[in-house]
Amino acid sequence: MKVGIVGYGAYVPKYRIRVEEIARVWGQDAESVKSGLDVIEKSVPSLDEDAATLAVEAAKNALKRAKNVRASDIGAVYVGSESHPYAVKPTAVTVAEALGITPHLTAADLEFACKAATAGIQACMGLVRAGYIRYGMSIGSDTAQSAPGDALEYTASAGAAAYIIGGENLIAEIEGTYSYTQDVPDFWRRECAPYPRHGGRFTGEPAYFEHVIKSSKGLMETLGTKPSDYNYVVFHMPNGKFPLRAAKVLGFTIEQVSPGLVVEKIGNTYSGSSLLGLAAILDIAKAGERILLTSYGSGAGSDSFSIIVTDLIEERRGLAPPVKYFVERKEYVDYAVYARNRCLYRR
Amino acid sequence: MAPPAHWRRAKERYRLLGSKCENCGSIYFPPTKVCPKCRRRGKIVQTEFSGRGKVFSYTIIHAAPKTFEKYTPYILALIELEEGPKVMSQIVDCKPEEVKIGMEVEACFRKLFEQDDDGIISYGFKFRPIDDSWRK
Amino acid sequence: MFKKRDVAIISAAATKCGEQWDKSIKDLAWEAGVKAVEEAGISGKDIEYLVVGNMSGGMFVGQEHIGALVADFLGLNPIPSLRVEGACASGGIAFFQGYLAVASGLYDIVAVGGVEKMTDVEQEQATTALSGAMDFEWEAYFGATFPGIYALMAKRYMHEYGLKRESLAKVSVKNHYHGSMNPLAHFRNKITVDEALNAPMVADPLGKYDCCPISDGAALVILAPLEIAKKYTDTPIIVKSSVMASDTLSLLRRRDICTLDATVNAAEKAFKLAHLERSQVDVIEVHDCFTIAEILAIEDLGFAKKGEGWKLYEEGETYVGGRLPVNTDGGLKASGHPVGATGIKQIVELVKQLRGEAEKGRQVDNAEVGLAHNVGGSGATAVVTILSRG
Repeated sequence: MKVGIVGYGAYVPKYRIRVEEIARVWGQDAESVKSGLDVIEKSVPSLDEDAATLAVEAAKNALKRAKNVRASDIGAVYVGSESHPYAVKPTAVTVAEALGITPHLTAADLEFACKAATAGIQACMGLVRAGYIRYGMSIGSDTAQSAPGDALEYTASAGAAAYIIGGENLIAEIEGTYSYTQDVPDFWRRECAPYPRHGGRFTGEPAYFEHVIKSSKGLMETLGTKPSDYNYVVFHMPNGKFPLRAAKVLGFTIEQVSPGLVVEKIGNTYSGSSLLGLAAILDIAKAGERILLTSYGSGAGSDSFSIIVTDLIEERRGLAPPVKYFVERKEYVDYAVYARNRCLYRR
Repeated sequence: MAPPAHWRRAKERYRLLGSKCENCGSIYFPPTKVCPKCRRRGKIVQTEFSGRGKVFSYTIIHAAPKTFEKYTPYILALIELEEGPKVMSQIVDCKPEEVKIGMEVEACFRKLFEQDDDGIISYGFKFRPIDDSWRK
Repeated sequence: MFKKRDVAIISAAATKCGEQWDKSIKDLAWEAGVKAVEEAGISGKDIEYLVVGNMSGGMFVGQEHIGALVADFLGLNPIPSLRVEGACASGGIAFFQGYLAVASGLYDIVAVGGVEKMTDVEQEQATTALSGAMDFEWEAYFGATFPGIYALMAKRYMHEYGLKRESLAKVSVKNHYHGSMNPLAHFRNKITVDEALNAPMVADPLGKYDCCPISDGAALVILAPLEIAKKYTDTPIIVKSSVMASDTLSLLRRRDICTLDATVNAAEKAFKLAHLERSQVDVIEVHDCFTIAEILAIEDLGFAKKGEGWKLYEEGETYVGGRLPVNTDGGLKASGHPVGATGIKQIVELVKQLRGEAEKGRQVDNAEVGLAHNVGGSGATAVVTILSRG
């Protein structure tokens, strides 16, 4: 039975803070930060936005693109985030209520750093394929936390992407999925800690690259595909450099990886990151084109997907704003407003 | 405010729901049990608004109760929905000096307030200026 | 079908308004009560029925059962004693109820009071208590504040009728001028238009001087059938009519947010029952919880066309000595707004004016007919009372 994407939706808050502005406050060299990360600015949520509100906005856009799917047809909602508003009380139920999906559904919140939502997609695929639900929704949404003055502050941003998974009305088929998971303490946050901690350069090779590369390779081996079979590849984007390096190692070209690189102007949207990259591709891909998606979540693991766009994409992608719209509609704030919006003064 | 009170109107707050009288076609917000025009002959059902509307009046709130203090100054407005009824809500993603009576807005989903650091978070509709520029 | 009796006010008294730290809600009620009883030359035993206006004893001082409290503390047991609540119109409603009791023939000597003790709690708690006058579910819950609601009316009014902030300031300047001559007023200072325009913003376009204060205060009047009023006072004041009307609780459901239909309806009926014309009114006490409210009141009571009420302030017509003196005690803005007491305080002021007993400088010449206008919330309740010199 085929299974795949029935609708997708994005949302990125309006406000931005430039690398220069953050560097100014901490007395660092903006140019070397920018060239080191390939990021020039990041998104900043409003004071009244959180992972739940972002998830609802993205989910509404996904439902718009799913056209003939009624909210009541959705049988599962999963929200993956590192910044769920409550430690106990799931974001997923707020999303389900806000979209009118309640009460006949299963729901849960997921956490696996930046890859929780792709795990959610896999869960939906299973439920759909097994015939338990007709459609399922997985949303990656974050208003990511970063300690003031820490390197992560330049990239930890806010955004969400939602995917409706089903066995019919597909705008893109998921022909296979593969995951690679180990216990790696590269980046973590204890429950009462306001900000995460990380292992510096340890987050590179043994963490991000190990899992992204092994998972992507594992998928291609399983399906018998090679990089040249793909038109696009999307990796999780902690910065603008890591995905380029992963692409090179795996044998993908710059032309395949660039279109999905949304991180430069919105930063790392954490659980939304790779899924926003995928959405950016779905905004432009033609019927028959193939996409490789590999997410990465610290802790650590990667989920890979091989996706083929169908001809239904043309009539459905215009039903909600494209990622480009969200990237480009922006207003800059200074560090003081950023600190206020992120409640940095409270911790 | 107590959890049951938050929960009781959550659906309407999340989805901008109102009432429609199937007898006379009148549309109401907030949701009602009685059609004032038809009274006993009325048949009230739930209706969902499109979320699009115009600013009927607005103000900038500078002095707010504790619940909303951290959001000041914020724009409070009366929005006339395209279906007719008015709602009272905030306008976001907009500078105070940019609001105008007659401005077209659309509903969005936002946090209304948090009850203390460990209390319930309340969500509901607010409005933002419509930007249809992506529909080419 | 019974014939209704004519009703008169035989005495009227009020406390000062303001921050009265040493006085509890009981003390305030007692002070006004004792003054009124002594002025009428009666004993507490003569009072047969007590109605008390109070918006929120519960949220301000943790005290409900205000009817019982005041009756007990004034030594009036076992008479019936009830508290009525209509937000800021509680006092006016109390008067309306007392009037009904005497007009119906069921009671002769009826005491009608209002009391509010607001300053014990922090500003923030007071604001929360007052926001109960709105639709909590669909207004306060979404971030509306009481000044915000009236600011929405003001902004729309400015849009439809070209009103400028200066005109609102002139309302406040006049009220402070009258208040400066009123020893019972919360604020005795005069202000200028410039001071009003440059004051901190509360809810655009309303600034600090557009908004009435939070005050402690009480007032009480004693009613009697007109036919026996002369036993108690040489100057009974006749209640020509007292009418209450209602409108939607929330501003968002109003027909026209620049008109308080409740005021319009109450005024229409009040003038009809009183067999009087607007031109016969010499002095009015209107509900200026915010400057815009005073302008709307002038229009909705029928003293000016919709959209033109503000013009009376351009030429000083609403000052004592002008064509239509408004809020000769300083209004809610300067004389104070102890919520439940305000409606009765307005009556006390009118009685003073009609008896010629107001302080020099703010006494209207030869005042014969007065009108009191008390509003609850953003206009969900309105009470209009017309009095005349006996």
